[in-house]
Amino acid sequence: MEFAELIKTPRVDGVVLHRPFMPTVEGTLCLTGHHLILSSRQDNTEELWLLHSNIDSIEKRFVGSLGSIIVKCKDLRVIQLDIPGMEECLNIASSIEALSTLDSVSLMYPFFYRPMFEVIEDGWNSFLPEDAFKDLESMTDEWRLSEVNKDFSVCPSYPALVAVPKDVNDDTLRKVATFRHSGRFPILSYYHKKNGMVMMRAGQPLTGTNGRRCKEDEKLINATLRPGKRGYIIDTRTINVAQQAKARGGGFESEANYPQWRRIHKAIERANILQESLIKLVEACNDQSHSMDRWLSKLEASNWQTHVKEILTTACLAAQCIDREGASVLVHGTDGTDSTLQVTSLAQIILDPACRTIRGFQSLVEREWLQAGHPFQQRCAQSAYSNSKPRQEAPVFLLFLDCVWQILRQFPCSFEFSESLLVLLFEHAYASQFGTFLGNSAAERTKLSLPEKTVSLWSWVNRPQELERLTNPLYEANSLVIWPSVAPQSLLLWEGVFLRWNRSSKCLDEAYEEMVHIIEYNKELQNKVNSLRRQLAQLETEDPLLKTS
Amino acid sequence: MEHLRTPKVENVHLLDRSSGQRRASVGTLYLSATHSIFVEDNPETRKETWVLHSMVNSVEMPSNSPAGSQLILRCKDFRVLQILIPQERDCLDIHASLVRLSRPEKYSELYCLSFNPNVNKEEREESWSFIDLMSDYRRMGVPNNLWVMTAANSEYRVCDTYPSELFVPKSAAPTIITGSSRFRSRGRFPVLSYFHQDTLAAVCRCSQPLSGFSGRCQEDEMMLQAVMRSNPGSDFIYVVDTRPKLNAMANRAAGKGYENEDHYTNIKLQFIGIENIHVMRSSQQKIIDVGEMRSPSMTDFLWGLENSGWLKHIKAILDAGVFIARAVADEGISVLVHCSDGWDRTTQACSVASLLLDPYYRTIRGLMVLIEKDWISFGHKFSHRYAHLDGDPKEVSPVMDQFLECVWQLSEQFPCAFEFNERFLLTIHTHVYSCQYGTFLGNSQRERKELRLPERTHSVWSQLWKDRVDFRNPLFKADLSQSQRVLRPNTTPYCFKMWKGLYSHIDKSMPPCQSPADFLSAMREESQQLEEELTNHQERIAALTGRPIVWEKTEVLKRRTTHLQQRHLGPDPPTSYIQPITGHGQAVALKQANQMALNKEPNLYLPTECHSKLKDHDPDDCSTCSDRESGVADLRSRSSSGGDYAKDPDWE
Repeated sequence: MEFAELIKTPRVDGVVLHRPFMPTVEGTLCLTGHHLILSSRQDNTEELWLLHSNIDSIEKRFVGSLGSIIVKCKDLRVIQLDIPGMEECLNIASSIEALSTLDSVSLMYPFFYRPMFEVIEDGWNSFLPEDAFKDLESMTDEWRLSEVNKDFSVCPSYPALVAVPKDVNDDTLRKVATFRHSGRFPILSYYHKKNGMVMMRAGQPLTGTNGRRCKEDEKLINATLRPGKRGYIIDTRTINVAQQAKARGGGFESEANYPQWRRIHKAIERANILQESLIKLVEACNDQSHSMDRWLSKLEASNWQTHVKEILTTACLAAQCIDREGASVLVHGTDGTDSTLQVTSLAQIILDPACRTIRGFQSLVEREWLQAGHPFQQRCAQSAYSNSKPRQEAPVFLLFLDCVWQILRQFPCSFEFSESLLVLLFEHAYASQFGTFLGNSAAERTKLSLPEKTVSLWSWVNRPQELERLTNPLYEANSLVIWPSVAPQSLLLWEGVFLRWNRSSKCLDEAYEEMVHIIEYNKELQNKVNSLRRQLAQLETEDPLLKTS
Repeated sequence: MEHLRTPKVENVHLLDRSSGQRRASVGTLYLSATHSIFVEDNPETRKETWVLHSMVNSVEMPSNSPAGSQLILRCKDFRVLQILIPQERDCLDIHASLVRLSRPEKYSELYCLSFNPNVNKEEREESWSFIDLMSDYRRMGVPNNLWVMTAANSEYRVCDTYPSELFVPKSAAPTIITGSSRFRSRGRFPVLSYFHQDTLAAVCRCSQPLSGFSGRCQEDEMMLQAVMRSNPGSDFIYVVDTRPKLNAMANRAAGKGYENEDHYTNIKLQFIGIENIHVMRSSQQKIIDVGEMRSPSMTDFLWGLENSGWLKHIKAILDAGVFIARAVADEGISVLVHCSDGWDRTTQACSVASLLLDPYYRTIRGLMVLIEKDWISFGHKFSHRYAHLDGDPKEVSPVMDQFLECVWQLSEQFPCAFEFNERFLLTIHTHVYSCQYGTFLGNSQRERKELRLPERTHSVWSQLWKDRVDFRNPLFKADLSQSQRVLRPNTTPYCFKMWKGLYSHIDKSMPPCQSPADFLSAMREESQQLEEELTNHQERIAALTGRPIVWEKTEVLKRRTTHLQQRHLGPDPPTSYIQPITGHGQAVALKQANQMALNKEPNLYLPTECHSKLKDHDPDDCSTCSDRESGVADLRSRSSSGGDYAKDPDWE
């Protein structure tokens, strides 16, 4: 098979592995179709198993006949392999390069991976749109599940089933789809149970320079308004960017045609700018020789924290419109697959306590990212170390996770999951043995038969041992809306991702263990005391003498 | 009181952003001899805000608004209070009074001399002997055959800014000491600061030598030799000059300077580059401004942080400590630390090093001992640096603030290594400035003795010790600090954060339900209760099943205090317990309030019923905890300041 052709040297002995904050390991390096493996063949040393798809870029260095390969991973880790023999080193390097840049999706590891764990619940069926709709039906009868997109022809990036206003028929939807970017007609994203307000999302309207209008589009979104009420349209682009979009056939909803809607423009940056920002940030984090001034100025120049602030602010705005102003909201940017999803998903974290549970958060990622057609495969093809010119790559999903982390850090007791789940999702979005993040849309995933041919990440996550690892010990259900602070002082660098490999986590791990210990010990005592109480109560009822006393 | 012109003004608006307040509250402002007290009109809450006059850094009177005259009180703990007074005349009076009252001219005007916390004479005297420095020296193993106590400075004969009891190398004869002291700024000759028993290496401190360009002093050279000889395992010592080399060189022109390595054998000179007090003062002002920025962009904020240079200075101090600790613990080499006078940067470097070297100083009592030793006894000029009296503004500098921040930065890196929490550091910070206790008054041991402070004031240490429950870090692991005696912090720039607890008041509105530390403390406390209950039940069951003795009455163990109930916002209680008792936060507030009430002066112009209302200020806190608005409020301020809303032509 073709992997063998790419592997010029499958095995080299005497390879030395260097990792920051860990002892060096000497051992045998093996290349397989999907993994780079380094094993010392001693029982007590950890082996290195690295997915080729996790490798972002490599560098070669030679000192005499000793070659070194510096492997930079998509999870931001950097390791060094010292390989004796120039030829071996070159062979290994070119093999890794070829194996880590496979073009065909069907050669990816998830198609070869067989789970070593018992699948208790098939993750591919855990979060079906029809189930989510059942929950909605229990709250309101104003929405219906449309099959207009069942063969993905109306909107290729939408799932087969979408929730739309009950009074709008499929013909109308087809017409609206022609008026919205990539056919992304407005659909339901979130229903706020507390006051019945909704959040919808869509692609930009294709008004163009001559101000084209679409009565059906107006009808559709007006159908979501209560009589006499106004709604908000949150355009994630600045007014200038939105104006410029007109020249390319896009645009925004004019006040004249949408009198019942107020439009607010925000300034979430486009994909390529976010990618540049990530590259700069990671570069700053990896250079430990910086002085304080240089570090702070590099951090500032990366603009990463600015993006975090802008995205969170926009999400707060959407949540504020719904919860505080009691208005419905339509969110869109250009194509509705990036900044739009950041905003709609974060607004739900703020508004809906269910999204702050482990299962609810998975469901959110499934609904608002995977089924909503965020092009994971394009966006996560490369990470911060890529040498090639970015095409479609952008850390849109990573920024979303960063924002969730910021909220979690501000409300450490309101989330059922810990930071680990966020880091796990970051890793798997970029490289994974599971099929969940493959493909760019529901249509592509169906075409690839992912549910039949690969294992879902959710199957792995929703097992007791994994859930335990991901659970936040401080969690206590909080049914309220949580308003994060978006002040710069309140937003921190996400150390768990960006400094993860650049410092020892020993002391922080110890602190975490101590925290778990305090909580576990308390639980144990409570159980003991409760059982003694019962025992005492029983003894006391049995003993008539006690009763009278 | 002659400085009080208007003791009471009604219909005053107060906005205290630092306590998370968003809207001004209306009430009455009272001025006492010691405090400004604002009492809210709202009969539901009657919330009180007390500001000690000595905590007021500046009183500004910006231009009048139509609603009245404004006063801005900037406090030394960086709180900012905005006050709106309806009548301009009242405002002028209050302003004049506060300006005078916040700048006492004599020690006798200070609050600690009138502060009377209801304790008797014995207790007061005990409070002063709570920290015993000699026992700390004994704890570190001195005197021994290497280091001995010298009587050279009894009655402050040799150096009036040093304590009378000092430890020096055994081989340093009195003539060497006096000779060396004549060759050092202010007579501050090399003495022991910390002795590291594991390696027998020592941290010593002094001031700069009066060497000029070529001067030398045989006794001083012998003194350094003696320091080296007191460490049997080594053949040299490090001399750490904590100043930037350029500054040290410039000092030579004034007949001062640093050790010439040609004259002193067996020394290695190391410059660290901590800036002087003037640089630090202006740097702190800049970081305070950063903390006060209203709705800054991320760029404004990060640029402000960089431009302030503050974290750079904190890093320099920590680096100095790390260098010393490494030399002592890893190389086993003694270190002599100095700067110019040896009471600011030297103090910082020595105390940070001790904190890294010795787990004892990372405990609540240990930190008090460390501050008492390296700071108070060695003549750090508290009254000058923290402007206890109206004086030269150029003497003021946040030297102690920086030390406390270093401790805080370390506690972020080593969450289990410190027995105390951030609140402890912030409380010490407050009292360094407050003049409520005599502990930090004066500029040297000699001055404190002359002021007879132990007879006339109280010491803060025993009070802090009494309140230690509030200062505990729930994650502290005493056993860990045994195995991890020496801390080796990472001082890469990205490991430093702005100390929000001190400089930013954004998170002050953070509801207690979201503080993991408080949650864990409460849980620890609860576990203790449960342990007791468990034993009780076990005994009782044993008694019941063993011998049918009827016990008097089963005492229902009440679950004390806890954040558990507070943080539980859902409908059902976490367990089947019955009684939700006062929240811990309330208890703290009440305690503080009581403490304040105790401070009450006879001539306090305050209706007495106010005190009984003190605890009512808590329900207000609870309401903020149910719903945090920061995100929302921020949005609103954007819109009002002509943000993106306004740019949109379609908007409105």
